Amino acid sequence: MAEQTVSMPKPPSKAWRMFRSIGLLRESPVGIVGVAIIVFWAVLALFADVLAPYPPNATISPMMFPGDTDASGNMFLLGTDHLGRDILSRIIHGSRRVLILAPLATLCAYIVGIPMGLAAGYLRGRWDDVLSFIANVILSFPVLVLYVIIIATIGASAVNILIAITFASAPGIMRIVRGLVLDLRNREYVAAAQTRGESGLYIMFIEILPNARGPIIVDACLRLGYVIITIGVLGFLGLGLPPPDPDWGGMINETRQLAMTFPHMAVFPCIAISSLVLGFNLVADGLREISLRD
Amino acid sequence: MTTNGSGGETPILECKDLCLSYFTRAGEIPAVVDFNMTLHRGGSIGLVGESGCGKSTVAMAIMRYLGSNGAIVGGQILYKGRDMAEMSEEELRQLRGSEIAMVYQEPMASLNPSLTLGRQLVEVPICHERISEKEAYDRAVQILADVNLPDPERVMASYPHQISGGQQQRVVIAMALLSNPTLLLLDEPTTALDVTVEAGIVELIGQIAEKYDTSMVYISHNLGLILETCDRVNVMYSGEAVETGTVKEVFDRMRHPYTKGLFGCIPLPGADKNERPLVPIRGQLPLPHERPRGCNFGPRCDFFQAGRCDADTIAMHNVAGEQGHKVRCLRWNEIDWASYRPEGVSTEQSEFGDRVLHVDGMRKYYELTDNSIAAMIKGNRVKYVKANERINMDAREAQTVAIVGESGCGKSTFAKVLMGLETATDGTVNFNGDELAEKSVHDRSPKQLGSLQMIFQNPFDTLNPSHSVGGQIARVIRKFGVEKDKSKVEQRVLELLDLVKLPRDFAHRRPRQLSGGQKQRIGIARAFAGRPSMVVADEPVSALDVSVAAAVTGLLMEIQRTYRTTLLFISHDLSLVRYLADRVVVMYLGHIVEQGTTDEVFAPPYHPYTEALLSAVPIADTSIEKKRIILEGNLPSVMNPPKGCVFHTRCPRKIGRVCETEAPPVVEPTPGHQVACHIPLDELKQMEPVIVMTDANKQAAEKAGAKKEAEGSPAAE
Amino acid sequence: MLLFVTRRVGTMALTMIVVSILLFILLELTPGNVATKVLGPYSSEEQRRLWLEAHGYFDPIHIRYFRWLGDFIIGNFGESTRFKVPVGDVLWPRLWNTAILGFAVMVVVVPLSLTLGVLAGMKEGSKLDRSISVGSIVFTSIPEFASAVLLSAIFVFYLGLLPGTSGMASGFDLAQLVLPVMVLVLYDFGYVARMTRASMAEVMLTNYIRTAVLKGLPYRSVILKHALRNALIAPFTVIMLQINWLLSGVIVVEFFFAYKGFGALLLEASLNQDIFLIEACAMVAVFVAVGTQFAADVGYTYLNPRIRFS
Repeated sequence: MAEQTVSMPKPPSKAWRMFRSIGLLRESPVGIVGVAIIVFWAVLALFADVLAPYPPNATISPMMFPGDTDASGNMFLLGTDHLGRDILSRIIHGSRRVLILAPLATLCAYIVGIPMGLAAGYLRGRWDDVLSFIANVILSFPVLVLYVIIIATIGASAVNILIAITFASAPGIMRIVRGLVLDLRNREYVAAAQTRGESGLYIMFIEILPNARGPIIVDACLRLGYVIITIGVLGFLGLGLPPPDPDWGGMINETRQLAMTFPHMAVFPCIAISSLVLGFNLVADGLREISLRD
Repeated sequence: MTTNGSGGETPILECKDLCLSYFTRAGEIPAVVDFNMTLHRGGSIGLVGESGCGKSTVAMAIMRYLGSNGAIVGGQILYKGRDMAEMSEEELRQLRGSEIAMVYQEPMASLNPSLTLGRQLVEVPICHERISEKEAYDRAVQILADVNLPDPERVMASYPHQISGGQQQRVVIAMALLSNPTLLLLDEPTTALDVTVEAGIVELIGQIAEKYDTSMVYISHNLGLILETCDRVNVMYSGEAVETGTVKEVFDRMRHPYTKGLFGCIPLPGADKNERPLVPIRGQLPLPHERPRGCNFGPRCDFFQAGRCDADTIAMHNVAGEQGHKVRCLRWNEIDWASYRPEGVSTEQSEFGDRVLHVDGMRKYYELTDNSIAAMIKGNRVKYVKANERINMDAREAQTVAIVGESGCGKSTFAKVLMGLETATDGTVNFNGDELAEKSVHDRSPKQLGSLQMIFQNPFDTLNPSHSVGGQIARVIRKFGVEKDKSKVEQRVLELLDLVKLPRDFAHRRPRQLSGGQKQRIGIARAFAGRPSMVVADEPVSALDVSVAAAVTGLLMEIQRTYRTTLLFISHDLSLVRYLADRVVVMYLGHIVEQGTTDEVFAPPYHPYTEALLSAVPIADTSIEKKRIILEGNLPSVMNPPKGCVFHTRCPRKIGRVCETEAPPVVEPTPGHQVACHIPLDELKQMEPVIVMTDANKQAAEKAGAKKEAEGSPAAE
Repeated sequence: MLLFVTRRVGTMALTMIVVSILLFILLELTPGNVATKVLGPYSSEEQRRLWLEAHGYFDPIHIRYFRWLGDFIIGNFGESTRFKVPVGDVLWPRLWNTAILGFAVMVVVVPLSLTLGVLAGMKEGSKLDRSISVGSIVFTSIPEFASAVLLSAIFVFYLGLLPGTSGMASGFDLAQLVLPVMVLVLYDFGYVARMTRASMAEVMLTNYIRTAVLKGLPYRSVILKHALRNALIAPFTVIMLQINWLLSGVIVVEFFFAYKGFGALLLEASLNQDIFLIEACAMVAVFVAVGTQFAADVGYTYLNPRIRFS
């Protein structure tokens, strides 16, 4: 074997390892495009106040087509809506809401779903029976039916949307985690931990969970995309956040009646939302491709 | 096909200067370099080597099935004189399955799970010979009978998962034989099978060669199997053939240092852990893109000469006086093998101490709810899987006790009960004065946990890939309360790394940066972190290559000797058990059928099952003759074990009704040697030894001072 | 097998009961008084109390639950406060309309996505595979409402080829069905195609496919006889479960195109707090979902001999 070093050298830091694993994405062109899209929207959201040409809720000149200039010389790159608000500014400001609410809701869903999945998959027995049954009941609702009923019952607000998304997504996450755990629990390092008398919590969270992170991260990206769609759909159905602050789904809902004459009012928010979802889906695909390769 | 008009008979298969590469993102990776092989009608060639040596790649290249990233980059493969590289896809297709057929490593995976075996069989002749469905069916049934499958018609209608692994492999062999191929490629055909099943398949392969006049290429990592199946052998190392010749030449008069090293790593009957320990090959197999200049084996070779061995690529040299025996070594005729003694250190046999473990009448039954309607009506829904039945055994301080048996014999369940992952259904397990039978891990004190630890089988998941190596060892140290202080824990981690002979900076490595052998060493360090008085090792080297396994085994025994640890060594490998165990326990279907000292168990009188097991183990020594005992039938299910003696369904020495009705008595030919069998003791004592060596070597063995019961021979001089 | 089916039916029934309890409790907590909705905002306090008493609203909750459940099982879903007719009268025709829509979508999605998925999975990493994969990711990224807007903009606004609403005011009109079907297909096929691709790609890498190739079978029979049989087991389940997704999708699409279907009805009921209608719609939706799940499970078991014969 190699020569012996006297003292322990410093291990590479956690931050560096994380950076390196994100760097892995560079090997997937699809993933890079995805990251670029997400970064694009993140920058817009972060610097919305600077980047948006007009205040998002200000009435300026109604019914302007893209590229039009009104009498006072204001140019509207993406036109204005029926209330005379600049669509570009509203899209830029609307990205904030999505990019805060969607990751937060996804996170909440994982915080609930992961322990459920760990318990069902690792402890098995009654835990598994009960948790799986609960998941099955919730998942037997067509998702949107569930959302519509929940929101219609408890009302539309950011917190309620968060609750609804957590409630509806956690069972799916539980199932995925459970499946991963059922595989991982038979690994010998888990047996090794058991033979040295580790507690169930330690084994679930320290021995098993870190090894499930790959598929969980891929799933999280896909789910994030889906949550963005959900928020959009709720806005579109009129169950989203109340006006006047810009909300992509809401913008489509408000202007779709005019779609026959002013299609741009709804088309641009549609493109915005689709592109963001695409970004997350591409990243998920890139990550999966890389994880399969090694 | 075409025959070469001029000269003698065209070989069936000829590889000429064959070079194979895989193309990856990292660039071209040469898998096989400068490979030559000639196979004549009726001949059989073995390709042998450790993992990564390129032996399977050669087989796939012969099939022209290298995948999208593999290619022949040089040389030729000639099948009956025709260059296979120039054949069209259609020509290849007509060759595959009809002229060249293949048998694979994992029979279950090689059969389509959703088609009946019959359909998978008949399509071969239908496709190649355009015969009718009826004809094809009849022929398939005929061949299934030829490969000794009982009730071929039932097999035809079955799906792959409905028959046992050994039967599946027989079906795959039948499938290969359906169109009467000229060339048969066998890629590790018995690796996934139990040793008694393997013996049956090996016998079958021998019969085929005679009956069908088929030429064979047999790929294996097991030298013993090559001896039993082939007449020529190609030893491969790191993408090259390093030595080739007849089996006798290569096994008895090997010239290449690697071949020599390989034989030094396998526990042949003459090896003994104290007097003639195994000699591992030092260093590691180079990665394909990091092969050294000159001789690939150079950095690991005791005869390496700088400036000569690493100057240029090494060609194959003919061994003078032995036509066809070639060796890829510049110094083949300079080395004096007779005076070469590798540095295997002989040691004293440890004195055994007090009794550490006493197991008495231990049973482990698993409850299983039967959900079939029949069971519901009958009302007996709960069934028992009798995983362990009446286990009685002892182990002493510094002793190595081996538990041998094939899959399903209950050896792993026994380990689980000892470790507290399961609790015993009945009986006592006394360990250092503590009663552990009903104490699960959570009820054991840190001291109890630390003093009884385990080494696991699979190097690829024995360590948690998410945590650093040092962190995982440190956790064990803290958990068992060996050290509390942070710097002391760190110190202890480093000491443990020293103990298993790994560099200290491995503490910061991740498991995936380690090779299989290194991971197993960490597994050993982890097991010894709590200063255990007993360690259970569950097949710790079965997944490792022989040269690595020898090193890990040696390390384990060295540590055991230093700490006077009791080692419970669970294994299916009888050769290894004979080599390292002091006491052997043979298990079959949850029962102990025989136990005694190693010498007692490996010499008559045997339990009939032990006898069959011994006969089944392939031994890579040309001077050894074995009695052939092939077990018939399948391993019965633990759910529904046979009444009476559990072995009676397959026992070649069954004496009558009593075997089916009554549990066998335990007889003691000598005190401490227990055999559970109905055969009267006098009759048992008249058994012939299974393994016999020819006279010439017997003298040599006696001279070498091998113990008389071991009947060993020095590792081929 | 029989036992498996009966057990699945049992779980299904249990699921339905739990769902009904959940729904009942959830809607009990709904803000707004039923009586106000039925009797109108100008009814007196006394009138409402009497109405509630007459309809048994002051009985204990479990009694009311069982009464409701009993009524429900015999097909008496109660009266819709929104439409002022028995729930069944609005529900069944709407469900039929949605069934037509769903059937049309399936007819397109199944062959399309299976073909694309198999083609892509056959040669993993090929150009065809990459383009099909990326294509399906792009299409699944466009939510239904977005593709509805975009497709309307193209086919209605710019090209003027298709009608923009699908109210079917003057009887059934195939042209009005095109856009809703297109939207749903666009969103759904990508997912099924990707699952099929993954399944096919996995099968193509198995040893038994290698065995089939090395037996010398023609490539066509390797694919048709050996690969497809195993590769289509997973997509079968996915397709069955897609019906559950479709029930979500129809809400958006029917709302957008004013198609008189089940989804639009559920949305309308929810927005108007039409409790009996919500309950009925939700129960029907869950029943369809659970039923397809059941069919998927049974079908999966049947298709997979490893499970069938164990």
